[in-house]
Amino acid sequence: MLNVSGIAASAGIAIAKAFILEHPDYSVEKRQINDVDAEIAKLDSALGKSQAELEAIKERTLQELGEKKAEIFASHLLILNDPELIDPVKARIADDMINAEFALNETASQFISMFENMKSAYLQERAADMRDVTKRVLNHLLGIDFMSPAEINEEVIVLAEDLTPSDTAQLNRQFVKGFATNIGGRTSHSAIMARSLEIPAVVGTKDILAQAKQGDMIIVDGLDGHVLVNPTDEVIAEYRAKQEQYDAQRAEWRKLRDEPTVTVDNVHVELAANIGTPNDVTGVLENGGEAVGLYRTEFLYMGRDKLPSEDIQYNAYKAVLEKMEGKPVVVRTLDIGGDKELPYLDLPKEMNPFLGFRAVRLCLDRLDIFRTQLRALLRASVHGNLRVMFPMIATLGEFREAKAVLLEEKEKLVAEGIAVSDSIQLGIMVEIPSTAVLADQFAKEVDFFSIGTNDLIQYTMAADRMNERVAYLYQPYNPAILRLVKMVIDAAHREGKWVGMCGEMAGDETAIPLLLGLGLDEFSMSATSILPARSQITKLSRTDMQELAAKALDMQTAEQVVELVQSIQA
Amino acid sequence: MQQTFRITDEDGIHARPATALVNTANKFKGAESFAEANGKKVTLKSILGVLSLGLEQGDTISIIVEGEGEAEALQALTDVMVNEGLGEINA
Repeated sequence: MLNVSGIAASAGIAIAKAFILEHPDYSVEKRQINDVDAEIAKLDSALGKSQAELEAIKERTLQELGEKKAEIFASHLLILNDPELIDPVKARIADDMINAEFALNETASQFISMFENMKSAYLQERAADMRDVTKRVLNHLLGIDFMSPAEINEEVIVLAEDLTPSDTAQLNRQFVKGFATNIGGRTSHSAIMARSLEIPAVVGTKDILAQAKQGDMIIVDGLDGHVLVNPTDEVIAEYRAKQEQYDAQRAEWRKLRDEPTVTVDNVHVELAANIGTPNDVTGVLENGGEAVGLYRTEFLYMGRDKLPSEDIQYNAYKAVLEKMEGKPVVVRTLDIGGDKELPYLDLPKEMNPFLGFRAVRLCLDRLDIFRTQLRALLRASVHGNLRVMFPMIATLGEFREAKAVLLEEKEKLVAEGIAVSDSIQLGIMVEIPSTAVLADQFAKEVDFFSIGTNDLIQYTMAADRMNERVAYLYQPYNPAILRLVKMVIDAAHREGKWVGMCGEMAGDETAIPLLLGLGLDEFSMSATSILPARSQITKLSRTDMQELAAKALDMQTAEQVVELVQSIQA
Repeated sequence: MQQTFRITDEDGIHARPATALVNTANKFKGAESFAEANGKKVTLKSILGVLSLGLEQGDTISIIVEGEGEAEALQALTDVMVNEGLGEINA
């Protein structure tokens, strides 16, 4: 038995025989031709067959996956008939007396490199559509008879280098139980499709094609990111049990989607999601998120060559607020600098970027950037339940200064006759130990805290989280961290303020019982962690967890805390 | 005839609305439709042409229609721009 690791792209377990999906060799050679009309007729015939195929795929996608997923094939059909593509190909065949496949390949390559060189990530990805259409026509031109995944008629696991949009659309859910690919990441096209089809998948295995052959028995473990080749009967039995358990659990999670997060002793906590773009909101709602606990606005500033305008930002904030339909949305103001660079700001390199000129420190210096963002946020505030959060606050002075700038901008907007909400909560990230220690003073002035554990841990332990050699010091369960978290929560509650957490720790199965016991009000995590967390919390008692947390605070090491939590989970 | 729009969609002009624009332009056989942005003019009958403009949120685009039924065609294209949430009319 072989065990190949990759990236868990779509949850679940699948067990079936391997179907190797290998794309043929599409390299084409330049040939001189004698009969231009025959060559053009050959091209037209290949285009016609491709068109018929695409129409069939589009129809099937429409039936099985809905209109949105079928749209991609509507655009493929347009590319196939695009005069900007076909006219130059025919002209080259006629003018240079060359073969259709070479002329097509050359013209298509120009469009592929055009897309690849575009600024927008979205348009760069359109190169894949162009390649997909070109290969389809080349199949017919080169007379390649490639067994398409649409022809699969028994239960299989598809193994491939990567899956193109038309490959995934042709996968028949009745027979394709899972897939594994050599390349790709969690956000690659094939991974996204796998999740929407709910087919277990592992991507980025690097060499699954080299390790397995047609007909081998395969287990795809989309939970832990493993692919097993020719497992023993014992292992198969083990995975069948894991599969049943997961399927039962998923059915249970589904039922919790529209339920509140309430402990057995009737304490409600809020489960929120961390997002980076307005598109992420769909996933938040699908997973039963009660709020957005952290909207990272950095993505608006990245991947472009100038600062985003006030209107671009306003539209993004408005979209998130509207889609959340009145549920709270905590927007973190720009957290850039240090390791997250913006080339167009031309900031000097620093020796200690994590301790340097970043986030609110940069914003309070570059007020032009800060004011633009605040105006966009204030204008968007009337479209939902906006909460604004300043990152990397180390002193009360910084908070007061940031708040004053926000109030100035609000006054200006009101004077301009622009509506601004009067109920915007203002809070801070607690990620610097000085702020955690002085939380009682901050709590008098802020509306809420959100504990950013990734940075709080690295600053408290003095361990760079990018440095693997000190990775052992990244200890969320260290009693020192738990005590800081407790100080922050207690300080806030004494002033009647709420406390959230938006670091990795908030969605962590081991941390959740402790955080619940410490009195955390809001847990913000990746959207896919929400339902498992809700399932876990609804089985816990806050009173019991308070006892557990009290014991954990008196432990000596992180290992002891983990053991303690595991003792109640067993 | 022409109409200018400001792109409001956060993804710029992406494949779905571009498909709708080209399909609409193709319905009006007697008219030639063009899109002009960032100093580049392309036929609206080519999706590759429209995507090659590389339009992003905040950019402006002019849609130009000439020939038979141009008023009707321009109105139909304007409807696509606005209804697809792609852009707003730039006054």
